[in-house]
Amino acid sequence: MILGQFIILGGALFSLGVYGVLTRRNAVLVLLSVELMLAAVNINFVAFDIFARDATAGGQIFSLFIIAVGAAEVGIGLAIVLLIFRNRESANVDELDLMKL
Amino acid sequence: MNDWLTHPENWVFILIALPMLIAAWRSVTSRNVVHSVLFLVIALAASAALFLLLGAEFIAWSVVLVYIGAVIVLFLFGIMITRAPLGMETELSHSTQTKIGAALVAGALFALIAVTTIVGFGEQEIVANPTRTSEIGQSMFERFVIPFEVVSVVLLAALIGGIVLARRDPAAADDPTSRSLRAAPTANATAEGGDA
Repeated sequence: MILGQFIILGGALFSLGVYGVLTRRNAVLVLLSVELMLAAVNINFVAFDIFARDATAGGQIFSLFIIAVGAAEVGIGLAIVLLIFRNRESANVDELDLMKL
Repeated sequence: MNDWLTHPENWVFILIALPMLIAAWRSVTSRNVVHSVLFLVIALAASAALFLLLGAEFIAWSVVLVYIGAVIVLFLFGIMITRAPLGMETELSHSTQTKIGAALVAGALFALIAVTTIVGFGEQEIVANPTRTSEIGQSMFERFVIPFEVVSVVLLAALIGGIVLARRDPAAADDPTSRSLRAAPTANATAEGGDA
């Protein structure tokens, strides 16, 4: 195995996540695409950690932190989406234009 | 390239990576919300399989437990609760014009990442190195103990914040006028505000 194949895979997954964030209208699906990007970052972290043979396994521990922060982000994000849905009866990101003149 | 294909672990990599990319692509383009989440399960399971291939077992099972176990359930819960009561949302994605722009941005980003990292690290050999969970635990509670504590505070803040945000305010629920104001769509909020 070479390092390049993991980097390419991570980059492709991250780009797909960016595409999803930019094209999706539903707020829940935007959050889902962000999760895809976090998964791509995890792959890179672990691949570089195994490559570098870090004695403290820093890359793996940081991907654990990313998993924890990602879970917290989904919890808060969905609570905010829920609140918006309750107030505006829609989870469509295009309709959140309160700050538009 | 021929040499690369002779290693069996690279075949395993292809067997994991191809379904992963297809599932990720379907996950961001699918017209059905629930299918989109279920495709994300496939993509995350494939990333766990990649971690096993690299020998990072603890991370692999953490991904299975936290992402596939908990986060997916949260997503399904969010979809069930935010689905508009009258009729399904058929327009989940933006127009074709926006899609072309997004595809250009994503493609340019991929090209940038691929070119820079391949130039930097490209052909270097990576050998699977099984990491024991005890090593990760040792490192986490010695070298990384302060970030670990900070993450626990973040999780606590997320827990409290999630409850406070998602909970229906009991005072507002008891008071009929404020409830109708909160729940009313913006169009007739002004009319009801006039009554009150």
